[in-house]
Amino acid sequence: MTYFIDRRANAKHKSAVNRQRFLDRYRTHIKRSVEEAVNRRSITDMERGEKVSIPSRDISEPVFQHGPGGKRSIVAPGNKEFTEGDRLRRPGGGGGGGGAGEGGASDQGEGMDEFAFTLSREEFLDFVFDGLELPHLERKNLVDLDEVRPVRAGVSKEGVPARINIVRSMREAQARRIAMRAPIRRALREAQEALEVEERKDPVLRNPARINELREEIERLEKRLESVPFIDTYDLRYNNLVNQPQPSSKAVMFCIMDVSGSMTQAHKDIAKRFFLLLYLFLERNYEKVELVFVRHHTAAKEVDEEEFFYSRETGGTIVSSALTLVDEIIADRYPPGQWNLYVAQASDGDNWDDDSVTCRDLLLKSLMPRLQYFTYVEITPHAHQALWEEYETVAAEFPARFAMRQIVEAGDIYPVFRELFKRRAAGG
Amino acid sequence: MTRRKPIATGSDWNFEILDRFEREIARLADEYRLDTYPNQIEVITTEQMMDAYASVGMPVGYHHWSFGKQFLAVEQAYRRGQMGLAYELVINSDPCIAYLMEENTLMMQVLVMAHACYGHNSFFKGNYLFRTWTDASSIIDYLVFARKYIAECEERHGVTAVEQLLDACHALQNYGVDRYKRPSPISAAEEARRQKEREAYLQAQVNTLWRTIPGQAQTDVLAGGHDEEDPLGLHAGGRYPAEPQENLLYFIEKNAPLLAPWQREVVRIVRKLAQYFYPQRQTQVMNEGWATFWHYTLMNRLYEEGLVDEGLILEFLQSHTAVVNQPDFDSPWYNGINPYALGFAIFSDLKRICEAPTEEDRQWFPDTAGSDWRETLEFAMKNFKDESFIQQFLSPKVIRDLKLFMVVDDDQEEMLEVSAIHDERGYRRIREALATQYALSVREPNIQVYSADIRGDRSLTLRHVQDSRRPLARSVYPVIRHLHQLWGFPVRLESLEGDEVVRRYHWPLPDEARQEQA
Repeated sequence: MTYFIDRRANAKHKSAVNRQRFLDRYRTHIKRSVEEAVNRRSITDMERGEKVSIPSRDISEPVFQHGPGGKRSIVAPGNKEFTEGDRLRRPGGGGGGGGAGEGGASDQGEGMDEFAFTLSREEFLDFVFDGLELPHLERKNLVDLDEVRPVRAGVSKEGVPARINIVRSMREAQARRIAMRAPIRRALREAQEALEVEERKDPVLRNPARINELREEIERLEKRLESVPFIDTYDLRYNNLVNQPQPSSKAVMFCIMDVSGSMTQAHKDIAKRFFLLLYLFLERNYEKVELVFVRHHTAAKEVDEEEFFYSRETGGTIVSSALTLVDEIIADRYPPGQWNLYVAQASDGDNWDDDSVTCRDLLLKSLMPRLQYFTYVEITPHAHQALWEEYETVAAEFPARFAMRQIVEAGDIYPVFRELFKRRAAGG
Repeated sequence: MTRRKPIATGSDWNFEILDRFEREIARLADEYRLDTYPNQIEVITTEQMMDAYASVGMPVGYHHWSFGKQFLAVEQAYRRGQMGLAYELVINSDPCIAYLMEENTLMMQVLVMAHACYGHNSFFKGNYLFRTWTDASSIIDYLVFARKYIAECEERHGVTAVEQLLDACHALQNYGVDRYKRPSPISAAEEARRQKEREAYLQAQVNTLWRTIPGQAQTDVLAGGHDEEDPLGLHAGGRYPAEPQENLLYFIEKNAPLLAPWQREVVRIVRKLAQYFYPQRQTQVMNEGWATFWHYTLMNRLYEEGLVDEGLILEFLQSHTAVVNQPDFDSPWYNGINPYALGFAIFSDLKRICEAPTEEDRQWFPDTAGSDWRETLEFAMKNFKDESFIQQFLSPKVIRDLKLFMVVDDDQEEMLEVSAIHDERGYRRIREALATQYALSVREPNIQVYSADIRGDRSLTLRHVQDSRRPLARSVYPVIRHLHQLWGFPVRLESLEGDEVVRRYHWPLPDEARQEQA
């Protein structure tokens, strides 16, 4: 007796839980691999999974086994030239091959030093951004917000058919039917009882007129009973929705990059990678984040994403031009009451000498009071210049909301990124 | 024999075709008197197959990271093309569940049906080890029970606590079987019903055992005499347990002083599942050999009757040859003896010995030579395990065909010695050695519970009886660490050569223990 079952439509990922448990257990190992991968990869490459290796000894499931040594005999196939009594040198000098003693449940570990597997893209990004968040994502005031979201608010008698609440409607209908039928039923029962009494009487004593009357009455009542509608318009109930003002977690991120002549291609690459990481992070962690790309040399310009990363321009450097532009854009499009404002700036630290002071003043007076967070990464192996020093005074003024780090080579990007966006303890 | 029209040609399949093939295979299997459980054939996708693989063939398993690791390993190997997926994955249950992968060709589907649904299936139903150790009709229920119970434990006690417990149990699961005692069959309904009362009962028993507070115990012993509190005399001197215990997990379940009732139940679940897989570990060569022998026989019969065409049978032969290929010891592909090759060779040769015995066969197998082959094979399948099967049926011809030879590796000698080859003088020794190689008692170190110091420091002492001076691998430390976690008090392990203790292992490590006391 045999039967076939087609299970192809059944749920896949039966092992998803086990897989997740495995990943959780080896978090630290995997994180290390992911970190290396992020530094090694080109930025366009960030959106795929990653092969991860863990030393087998770290994940082995130990069981009692025979170790090398002692005396044992091995039967093997494929004898070609041996005869009884031949003596052979030990292969590899050790006490016999390692493989033979390896029993146990798993066979894939044999002879391999590394347990390798592939993370999916999702899992990979999970690890890349694990424990990071946008700092100070404050809930902006409800007052000046016009953002609303429909939420359920009980059940109402009016509404559109699409929102009909079937269970409640049917319950209403049932209650109404019981209520409407009860008096009719009672009258009917009385009439029937009366009729019965009448019919049981001695034929002589019967009142034919009364019997007819009762019969008609019963018939009339039964008709009335039937005519009670099963469901009626005023039974209908609708799910009620009301619009509730919504606390917004809208954020806008300004990416500022120096594309002046002093920025070499290597610098730009590093900056690009930093922003790309940022970009992936934002897209992933927050549903509603707008990005504004501002690039500058002596003059600043708002550009789209494509141009920001991939077009070329050269010239001198006036950082304040970019900050001014950001300031204008904020005033223009992103009222700080409704938006959380973030600025990330990448530069090699070059600036016109007297401009750095302007930058500082601009930040202190105009920008910082409105911004949630400002990150500055300086991509240079050299000593810091005026801009860094001026920014240090800003950092001293706003220690919780202004962060600056130096990146020397591509390998620093990820650690610096993690440090800048590390999840902070509440209230920090 | 009249040749009929092939049921289907080409490599595409559909359910109707599968069904017709299944019927024909069933008819032929019936002709050969193969006794099987009903078949439940499930058509699944690649991914589902990897799932099934990862849970070591348990269709419903509890959650544990090691299965996730298994899954990743399978997935990786499959993606790289290092392994074809489940030629056959078949579950010893009633009905017997076999899986067909949707992307396989028609030939593979027919082959898997012959191999798994009739080969393995009849082995599960017939072999004495499976009959003794497993209850095919209740395993699925039990797995469901186990999964539910462990999920509940995770909710109540946290995933980490359960995971650590399972890690520890898994490390010892090969020592969770009574090798010489017939176990009672497992059933989910029964388990669930008894589980509650067992919790209470078990705990009470353990409490009796550990009632005596260390230190106080000494005076009790000195006082001597009959103790009403201790009718079993557990505390009245002597070693506990009185006899060494081979079933470590059972001993833990019943005696570990600090385990909570739910932890004992989890130990029990791992132990019961280890017991379920115990026969499979001991009949690999036989089981695969038997299934391979039957798929080979059945496929050829299908071809003889004209039910499959030349294309299909050639594809089959190619696949079959790959499966029973035995690389030589010096080949880069050599990975031990291929159980399919050895088992198939022995069963095929056994059939030959019955049908066309030579003088040599008559000398070696006086009872078997010339007997009815079907009955002889049935007898061999039913009453042996790998060790005894090889000892009994490995013929000189198979030894010659495989060119088996034997090497002795003695760490006290500088060189390896070839002690026997496939010649007149070597047959018996090779057979003996190969059989021993498959003996579970030789493959796994012999470790038993020797004593639990119930009056002193509550330490647990295990004894390892060395086999030919072979020491334990370094994995011994992580394992006794796990054991320590279950036992809750110091664990010692002594390796014995003869009556002499040659090595001692401790956990916690002695200096740590000293620190703890300080």
